[in-house]
Amino acid sequence: MNRIIVCMKPVPDPQHWNKVSMDHETQTLKREGIPTIINPLDKHALEAALSIRDAHGGEVLLLSMAPPFVTPTLREGLAMGADRAILLSDPVFAGSDTLATAHILAAGCRWIGEFDLVLCGNMTIDGSTAQVGSQLAELLDLPSVMHVIDLHRKEDHLLRITQKIEHGYVRLEAELPLVISVRKELNKPRYTPFTGILAAESKEINMLSNEELHIDTGLIGLEGSPTKMAGLELRRFKREKERVEGSPEEIVQVLVDKIHRYGII
Amino acid sequence: MNKNDHDGIWVFAEQRNAELHEVTLELLGKARGLAGQNQGKVTAIILGQGIKPLAQTLLNYGADSVLVADNPVLDPYRLIPYSLVFEKLIKEYHPEILLMGATFMGVELAPRVAARVRTGLSAHCVDLKLDKDGKLLQVVPGWGGGVIATIACPDHRPQMATVMPGTMKPLSPEERKGEIKEIEINLPDKDLGPKVLEIKREKAEGLPLEKAEVVVAGGWGVGSREDWKQVEELAGVLGGAVGTTRPPVDEGWAEEGQMIGQSGKTVRPKLYMGIGISGVMHHVVGMDQSEHIITINSDANAEIFETSDVIVVEDFRKILPKLIQKIRERVER
Ligand SMILES: Cc1cc2nc3c(=O)[nH]c(=O)nc-3n(C[C@H](O)[C@H](O)[C@H](O)COP(=O)(O)OP(=O)(O)OC[C@H]3O[C@@H](n4cnc5c(N)ncnc54)[C@H](O)[C@@H]3O)c2cc1C
Repeated sequence: MNRIIVCMKPVPDPQHWNKVSMDHETQTLKREGIPTIINPLDKHALEAALSIRDAHGGEVLLLSMAPPFVTPTLREGLAMGADRAILLSDPVFAGSDTLATAHILAAGCRWIGEFDLVLCGNMTIDGSTAQVGSQLAELLDLPSVMHVIDLHRKEDHLLRITQKIEHGYVRLEAELPLVISVRKELNKPRYTPFTGILAAESKEINMLSNEELHIDTGLIGLEGSPTKMAGLELRRFKREKERVEGSPEEIVQVLVDKIHRYGII
Repeated sequence: MNKNDHDGIWVFAEQRNAELHEVTLELLGKARGLAGQNQGKVTAIILGQGIKPLAQTLLNYGADSVLVADNPVLDPYRLIPYSLVFEKLIKEYHPEILLMGATFMGVELAPRVAARVRTGLSAHCVDLKLDKDGKLLQVVPGWGGGVIATIACPDHRPQMATVMPGTMKPLSPEERKGEIKEIEINLPDKDLGPKVLEIKREKAEGLPLEKAEVVVAGGWGVGSREDWKQVEELAGVLGGAVGTTRPPVDEGWAEEGQMIGQSGKTVRPKLYMGIGISGVMHHVVGMDQSEHIITINSDANAEIFETSDVIVVEDFRKILPKLIQKIRERVER
């Protein structure tokens, strides 16, 4: 295999999600001050790519659509071992939904030219749509497999893939090129070696705007996205919050009465 | 696809081995409700082999008509053949809305179909509504469920959504009449994507979590495999199912299929009991629509109490053994 593309999304660190607030005027989320990390499942995708490369040679490219400030997060992927990174960044990309994002990533893949495999995380932790991998494949006119929990090379252009389904799995044989989206069961991402951090400093991050990609602007950004945000709210819960106090015996008695009143016993 | 002359609500009737996925019936129930508001027709789409007998079930659960593609090339499910069939049907019949379950299959298929016909798709919806113009409003959780977004697809058709299993209610089936129409399939015999070598499935054991009237969920606070048995026992005497947060799955006390929340199941039982659970949003989004919620946590400031009807601030070990015994006495009486 000569070239593997790993789609990587820098996402807001979930440790800091309680700092998210809402701008009611613009109906958008304010995420200032929230650091970004590599989307956790994308690390599993990268690990899979690196282990194929380490066994069979070739090159691993990170591909990301994001604002320029995420370059430190891409460097983390380079430090883990990717060979180079391509950052697709342009104000006209802002507000893209999954289909528009897939158009942009597909343009990135075409710009790269030849490749054998595209690996994605099954979903991201912020949007959690799990849609981009399949859509990217469709737009590249390539087959795709999601929910991948095992992956190995059978012959040069043949992969054996295990896909998780309800209460079981499906084993598939697929020809390259192909787009694969992975679950965390697939592998354990390696720790970044210190030498990797040093090496990453001199690796190339290629930034491309729509000047280079030439995507029809009717297909991308807020305007080009078929789905539109019609409302956004922070979740609030309304519950009775009745506190039961007393000795354990008394508490148990109250609980049993409640459960009885609910019609369960 | 543009929006003129589109009509009807379509539901993808997901099956494997000629067994319908539960979510299909839930989607039909919801589609029926939406169609009632809008005088639209509900059509179920079923693909596979030897699946014609399921068409009547689909009618009984709320479909007005069923499109059946019965062909060996569609069994077992493969992504590319299924996408090609959907493309053909969408271009021929112009549905206004297309719903699929947010299942392993639906989550893979829906985006591919949406991209193929160039329309919008929203993921893992927990509710669907129509606005005053009859447009579909798709309610989706984001950011671990801390944010609820409403998505619309104003200018492209069909309006597509995948829906979390367990969030919508099926109708009670009645004998209904409707049109069952078979469709011709002519797929190329190459370029149909990966080959299926083997499918392995275990029979689901016990009561599926999404269907249980009572869910007793345990968290990291349960502390050990030994004490986890108390959670199982309580669920047992209540005739319910056991749910879990993430940490007990990581510890091996519970199975991944029992996990409730953002990356697990959504449940809305009559009674949810949470034992030793802190109430992180990731978990809460999967249970906050339960009818009654009782939680036990030793920390008086536990966040789960914000989502509780009945709150017990105690070490669960002081409560559960007595509670199990009391309930057992009661049901055996
Ligand atoms: C992207 C992502 C997705 C996730 N998806 C999910 C998901 O789908 N579902 C999910 O559940 N989690 C999910 N998680 C994990 C989630 O963030 C939390 O870590 C998890 O829900 C916390 O579980 P917990 O409440 O059991 O544990 P903790 O937060 O550790 O809480 C344990 C609680 O037990 C209480 N306790 C301790 N001892 C006792 C005692 N003796 N008696 C009574 N109470 C006691 C403590 O006071 C504490 O409140 C996800 C995380 C990420 C990053």
